[in-house]
Amino acid sequence: MLLIECPWCGPRAETEFSYGGEAGIARPADPDALSDAEWADYLFYRSNPKGAHRELWNHDHGCRRWFGVERDTATYRIERSYVLSHTGSDAATGSDAATNAGTGYSSGNGD
Amino acid sequence: MTAAQPNRLRQNGRIDRTRPLAFSFDGKAYEGFAGDTLASALIANGVSLVGRSFKLRRPRGIVGSGAEEPNAIMQIGEGAAAQPNLPATQVGLYDGLVARSTRGWPGVRFDLGAINDVFGRVLGAGFYYKTFMYPRSWWKHYELAIRKSAGFGQAPEGPDPDRYEHMNAHCDVLVAGGGPAGLMAALAAAKSGARVMLADEQDEFGGSLLAFAASIDGAPAAEWAAAAAEELRDMEDCVLLPSSTVFGYYDHNFLTIAERCAGSPDSSVGGGVRERLWRVRARQVVLAQGSLERPLVFCNNDRPGVMLASAVSTYIKRYAVLPGRRAVVFTNNDSAYRAALSLAGAGAEVAAIVDSRPGGAGDLGLRAQALGIPVHAGHVVTDVAGRRRVTGASIAPWNGESWENVESTIRIDCDLVAVSGGWSPAVHLHSQAGGQLAWDDSQLCLLPAEARQANVSAGAGNGQWSLGECLADGLRAGAETVSRLGLKTAAIRVPGADANAGEKLIEPMWRAPAASDADRCPRQFIDFQNDTTVADIRLAAREGYRNVEHVKRYTALGFGTDQGKLGNINGMAVLADTLGKEIPEVGTTTFRPAYTPVSFGVCAGESVGELYDPVRTTAIHEWHVAAGAPMELVGQWHRPWYFPRDGEDLDAAVARECLAVRNSLGVMDASTLGKIDARGPDVVEFLERIYTHKVGGMQVGRCAYGIMLGEDGMLMDDGVMARAGEQRFYLTTTTGGAASVLSWMEKWLQTEWPELEVYLTSLTDHYSTIAVAGPNSRGLLEKLGCDIPLDKERFPFMTVKPAVLAGMDVTLFRVSFSGELAFEINIASNHALAMWRTIMEAGVEFEGAPYGTETMHVLRAEKGFVIAGQDTDGSVTPVDLGMNWLLSREKDFLGKRSLRRPDSLRKDRKQWVGLLSLDGRTVLGEGTQLVGESGEPAAMCGHVTSSYFSTSLGHPIALALVAGGRGRNGETIYAARPGLEPLPVQIVSPVFYDRKGQRQHV
Ligand SMILES: [Zn+2]
Repeated sequence: MLLIECPWCGPRAETEFSYGGEAGIARPADPDALSDAEWADYLFYRSNPKGAHRELWNHDHGCRRWFGVERDTATYRIERSYVLSHTGSDAATGSDAATNAGTGYSSGNGD
Repeated sequence: MTAAQPNRLRQNGRIDRTRPLAFSFDGKAYEGFAGDTLASALIANGVSLVGRSFKLRRPRGIVGSGAEEPNAIMQIGEGAAAQPNLPATQVGLYDGLVARSTRGWPGVRFDLGAINDVFGRVLGAGFYYKTFMYPRSWWKHYELAIRKSAGFGQAPEGPDPDRYEHMNAHCDVLVAGGGPAGLMAALAAAKSGARVMLADEQDEFGGSLLAFAASIDGAPAAEWAAAAAEELRDMEDCVLLPSSTVFGYYDHNFLTIAERCAGSPDSSVGGGVRERLWRVRARQVVLAQGSLERPLVFCNNDRPGVMLASAVSTYIKRYAVLPGRRAVVFTNNDSAYRAALSLAGAGAEVAAIVDSRPGGAGDLGLRAQALGIPVHAGHVVTDVAGRRRVTGASIAPWNGESWENVESTIRIDCDLVAVSGGWSPAVHLHSQAGGQLAWDDSQLCLLPAEARQANVSAGAGNGQWSLGECLADGLRAGAETVSRLGLKTAAIRVPGADANAGEKLIEPMWRAPAASDADRCPRQFIDFQNDTTVADIRLAAREGYRNVEHVKRYTALGFGTDQGKLGNINGMAVLADTLGKEIPEVGTTTFRPAYTPVSFGVCAGESVGELYDPVRTTAIHEWHVAAGAPMELVGQWHRPWYFPRDGEDLDAAVARECLAVRNSLGVMDASTLGKIDARGPDVVEFLERIYTHKVGGMQVGRCAYGIMLGEDGMLMDDGVMARAGEQRFYLTTTTGGAASVLSWMEKWLQTEWPELEVYLTSLTDHYSTIAVAGPNSRGLLEKLGCDIPLDKERFPFMTVKPAVLAGMDVTLFRVSFSGELAFEINIASNHALAMWRTIMEAGVEFEGAPYGTETMHVLRAEKGFVIAGQDTDGSVTPVDLGMNWLLSREKDFLGKRSLRRPDSLRKDRKQWVGLLSLDGRTVLGEGTQLVGESGEPAAMCGHVTSSYFSTSLGHPIALALVAGGRGRNGETIYAARPGLEPLPVQIVSPVFYDRKGQRQHV
């Protein structure tokens, strides 16, 4: 069971959260202008990487806020949680929540 | 030795001879002592046959003394409190314990299934797959036979009367294993100020120190262990858990521990808590579970009386029982010599030590020879005689070649063969945590390598075999966690202990040769519990299985409670030999939780009975209960299903309730509908994007039916929305969709459209909803006294108004889910029951009736109103449902673009239609498949989503999704009915009653 750092509430058990899929998928500004293939790409295709993955989580049994998490899909190690900025689609400018480096509390290896 | 316990030694042992305990095994009474396990007590009483093997039904005895025990798997207790599947080596003896062997029918001494062993050769690897697959129609017979003869006991019938509980805990350092390494690690961490939890599967701390003669700082090692545990127990931030097995290591340092409470010295049997599940989030973990001894592989190595050498020592030293009188010790390493010394010290005769190594052992070998024990170096045991008990061993010289046939040269009578094939560190938890394993070619075992989570391995589980090394390694591991936590390491000294300087290394002997080939010689077992033999593994390899994971599944190696404890390494080695590979190339199978069997009871904890799932009830619930309404579970809500009068059944009650609504008045508790308050400067823009209709066009005080789609264009949820103000809406959702719709809206607001200022608040529990429906509903409200006019001109259909009704503040909605003139009264939940009672009293005059969910379903189906989640399943668009009128052309909304996808435009999409049974009386089953023709086989063209008998219409009605259905009005298709002729049904409009919709507008 993952230990997830809610940027507002701190580290909580995974059972308090729900998963919201890959982050950084911006809704097209004008869906009508898209071809079927372009719309399908937005709708169905995800990067599904082995390794670092930015994803959305909702603290739905807590503060009800959506936020971003960067998680390694192979090790499940969580590198950081972050507050979404602007369009939740892009998290690059999001500010980090605590990352717990040095304690291993949330993310496995403590070194 | 006493007559009652013929194999009990007179002295020593960590048992309390002043506390005799009565127990029974397979119906026979025995006696043991406090401090015994069930296994040691059985051995004390001379019981050597404890079960039958899984597939071949061979007689089996006790092999081990701990978690690794493969054979003595017991059913403990009786009736509903019985627990199957427990190793006798891990069941602490208590007075009145009732144990039964779980494998062996009708009994272990006479087993019909033993015929399997006679038909030996056909039961090779993959036998079940190969034989029972064909002919397929026979599978049901095979299955019955297999089920009867398989398994590890019987699931108890009836609710478990025992209590179980869960504990959540956090700590800085969790130490798994309380032997020398674990105790040192715990001391190091605790003395440095860390919050420590220490768990050990035995009821006393000390691990191997309890079973072997050793000294620490000049005192008996067990005394040192007791003192260390006492010191930890006295520390404020240290939790000690004896009789507790750490069985699972999950993500982010989350570990699970099963604590056995009953049977431990502190709690009485049958009272209190039987087992406790600890769910621990640890910042750091020290894995110090020690190591497991491996058996050796030779012919008939599963006969009762063949026992692990360390178990022999443990039974003698710890439990003061003697597992045999005349023993042969067979080994490829030095450690088994201790068993020989223990046996000799306890008065048993050691007829021979058979050591596969040409050079024999180190210092321990000299000690054995000094006692006059014959040592056959460079020899192996090739076979044992005896069926229910070993009677002798055959010995042959060995030249290091496992696969060349040999004739035995020596035959020795014995009743015990103590074996040691080396030691395997218990790397299970390290591996469960995702850690790497590395093969050590000199110690011949897998060692924990790089960890993936915050854990450190220590002691024998880390390949440190001597007591001195274990203590030092435990201290190192404890200090390592302390420094990772950023604490200052307290100065601690490593206690003085032996370092086993004079030991010789283990040498490989993975399979003892026999008089004939591996495929013809008597069985050589790798995995006792699953009856996996050398021949099985070689057969799997011959049939093309190369990957160890595939071989595991084909041969069942490491299945069951074994989980790779005994057979794993021997199996890997034989597979490697057969494939001509090195052991590391073959690799190991994956270790998964649980390390030892875990009861369902402890998994469930307190979440049973009433606490199984949270229950939600409305503010009016007690009235429904008093009225005798059966409840329907909708999510966690308990909703009244129908209100029977005078012994009515469901059909009679629903027929009456439907007619009451259609003819006069019905009242329903609709409080479970999801309710969301949406407000803010941008609320209109937000709702335009969420809902498909033109929200901005709604006047304040207007209601609208709204649907929302997923981005894939499929209907997600629906409900009535009302505009309560310029910047304020009141939204309702389905009962089941309340939470997910709120979460969905929040997701868009927070992640995609943060520029919109909108606030969403759930009001589901704050307001209750009472629906009053029927031609007399207006008359009822007027009778109650309402401060606003209710006529259709001033309070028309699909509007909303605040009002005072019967002296109480309410919000009145003129909406209808029945097609009749109807009102929905929204009222603060604290007043809802009072309002309901008032309505019920006033309604008597109109012969009104309360109605439940079933009547609600029938009424809406008569009107062709969809229920999201019943008539839809996530693959249905609003176009499929005939809701095109709800789709605004003037704006974008979520899912709109998907309605133009080629798949959404397919002509043969399933569309929502009505169905009439042409026989005029058959109510179709919901989910019934529909076919285009009556003959077989016929292609399916749809399915029934809702189906009821309509009392108002006098015939059954059904709603269905049918391919191209709307273009097939009037067509006859067929409803498939298992075992019956397909029933002809006619496709009709989904609106059966009041097609023009006039009744709700009056
Ligand atoms: Zn939160």
